[in-house]
Amino acid sequence: MPVQYYIFLSIALFCIGVMGVLMRRNAIIIFMCIELMLNAVNLLLVAFSKMWVDAGRIDADAAQLFVFFVMVVAAAEVSVGLAIIVMMYRNTHSVDINILSRLKN
Amino acid sequence: MIHLVWLVPFLPLLGFLINGLGRKYLPKSLTGVVGSGSVLAAFVISLLIFFEVRQPGFTPQVVTLFDFINVGSLHIPFAFQVDQLSALFLLIITGVGSLIHIYSTSYMHEESNEGFARYFAYLNLFVFSMLILVLGANYVMMFIGWEGVGLCSYLLIGFWFRNINFNKAANKAFIMNRIGDLGFLLGIFLMIQQFGSVTFSEVFEKVPALGEGSIILFAIAMLLFVGAMGKSAQVPLYTWLPDAMAGPTPVSALIHAATMVTAGIYMVARSNVLYSLAPYIQAIIAIVGVVTALLAASIALKQNDIKKVLAYSTVSQLGYMFLALGTGAYTAAVFHVMTHAFFKALLFLGSGSVIHAMGGEQDIRKMGGLKKWMPVTNITFLIGCLAIAGIPGLSGFFSKDEILANAFGYNKVIYALALIGALMTAFYMFRLYYITFSGKFRGTHEQEHHLHESPAAITLPLIILAVLSVIGGYVGLPEVFGAPHLLHEYLSPVLVSEHPHHLDHTLEWGLMGLSTVLVIVMIFIARGKFSRYEDTGAENTGIAKVLENKWYVDELYDAIIVKPLLVLSRFFRDGIERSGIDALVNGVGRGVKWGGGRIRLLQNGQVGFYIFAMVIGMIVLFVISLFL
Repeated sequence: MPVQYYIFLSIALFCIGVMGVLMRRNAIIIFMCIELMLNAVNLLLVAFSKMWVDAGRIDADAAQLFVFFVMVVAAAEVSVGLAIIVMMYRNTHSVDINILSRLKN
Repeated sequence: MIHLVWLVPFLPLLGFLINGLGRKYLPKSLTGVVGSGSVLAAFVISLLIFFEVRQPGFTPQVVTLFDFINVGSLHIPFAFQVDQLSALFLLIITGVGSLIHIYSTSYMHEESNEGFARYFAYLNLFVFSMLILVLGANYVMMFIGWEGVGLCSYLLIGFWFRNINFNKAANKAFIMNRIGDLGFLLGIFLMIQQFGSVTFSEVFEKVPALGEGSIILFAIAMLLFVGAMGKSAQVPLYTWLPDAMAGPTPVSALIHAATMVTAGIYMVARSNVLYSLAPYIQAIIAIVGVVTALLAASIALKQNDIKKVLAYSTVSQLGYMFLALGTGAYTAAVFHVMTHAFFKALLFLGSGSVIHAMGGEQDIRKMGGLKKWMPVTNITFLIGCLAIAGIPGLSGFFSKDEILANAFGYNKVIYALALIGALMTAFYMFRLYYITFSGKFRGTHEQEHHLHESPAAITLPLIILAVLSVIGGYVGLPEVFGAPHLLHEYLSPVLVSEHPHHLDHTLEWGLMGLSTVLVIVMIFIARGKFSRYEDTGAENTGIAKVLENKWYVDELYDAIIVKPLLVLSRFFRDGIERSGIDALVNGVGRGVKWGGGRIRLLQNGQVGFYIFAMVIGMIVLFVISLFL
């Protein structure tokens, strides 16, 4: 498959993620959209890595290792983020992020 | 003994530190002993040095303590020069200084403990600075002392600093001196640039190479003389000295009559090699001197404050010294410095004794007949008046006569003016004497009851100074007397470039007789007019009023310098500072504050908006990177 397909899929996923983060007010959905963006990037990394290996420009699939880094960071982020959401729910009985604007003033 | 010369300034410095630091704890008796003792000890050492220096064949010695400034090719050591001139000045400063310190222990006794100690600390600091001035082996050290005495003069004029007028007088003295100091400083810079050295011996060695009439030489000589004008109160910078009488009377005697104001004469005499090669500057000095002598003497004719008369008399006598320097008679100038130190210190201390007895009154119109109550002060004051007037046999006669004789040889017009000044001197001094000491008492009944002769600590210095005023002249007998001029012989190794004007003997006798007869006539006129003086309270008119108001010089300076300067500074304050610089700085602050207030609204607390802004920002960056 040509690499363009991957790129377009990745762009579509990323844009869905961005729009989700911008539009939705539910913290959990925003969180899922962030994951979506991260995975869009992961897909792109893997696709490019495969492309270069096929073209013989690099030897192994070492570049794909980078994806694991992203995944590890994402996992860490999820644990922290979910904890925040849980605490938020305990305090406000809601996961609406606009309620957090109470922090101003 | 010479290598111990550093002790001479060090002892007063020690006295200054003890009195200054311990002013809250020391009793008056101890303060007085430390203050006077340190100067007296310095006097003893100075005497020993003097006897060593006056041995025939003594060569000037430089005692280097440490390197003061050492940059590039410029070396300025902290060194003392011991030669005939500095040894003589050491004697005058520490000798007259210690008498005045002793006098002060009694005169200032009504001060609080702290004020008394502060006074002695300042006085000791002054003696220290003055000694540095005359002992320094280069112009920079001289300048250190020069500034030091200026500072002490300021501190002591404003000693009673609660009085706003005294503070103003102190400021005036300081600022006037600064004008002169700037000239001195520029002279030193020019010297460094030209000779690469400020040490006396090196500079004087290199000066002749410039040649007579060199512009650089003129500039240096003139700039140094501007410094001397400020410090020694010459026209046009003399107005600070009469105002300086705001300080305690012993201060006026020591600083503003006997020592500090003669610093300018010392400096010119020290630089005689330089000045002898700049004859135009010498002419300027002679003219400035004679103008000052005349102007100040004329003002003194009509002053009614006992200290003001003496102050103008000091300015006038300093004018004579500069006249002597200008005519190339350096010995005569130094001679007059010495005799003047004796009789003017005597007169000031005598006036202090009078003021003390009168309970602070300084207006001679309210005195009168004091000889009945104050016999010692009366006699010593009379001796001082006779000496300054130039009665034969007393010290003032010999020194003034020498100056007049040289002026005659230099220029007949200047001689005539100087003679008129001398006659005015005799007149105003005896006007002062008769109004104060004879006639009948014109003060209040309470003052009359209080009148008394001063204690021994005051009269003893008076007696010693009176003796010195009488015999001080015999070290410099005129040539016609056939006796050797001891001072001239003594100073000749230092004043190498001196060429006094020798007059024909008959002529010299004639001049001497002329001035003596005229002076005696003036004294008798003064006696006739003032010995039974009554204060009519009538306003002066015409020339007398102009003289009483000091030729309106203060008002003139006020109008042409002080007022425009104030207008200019007000313009700078309001126009440049407040609406220019301040407005700019405040405007920047206000702009940032206003802008911050607007931008603050972007922080609305909506997380969605933040993310939106972030995304927009990223898109913008992306687009930019696409096109660039």
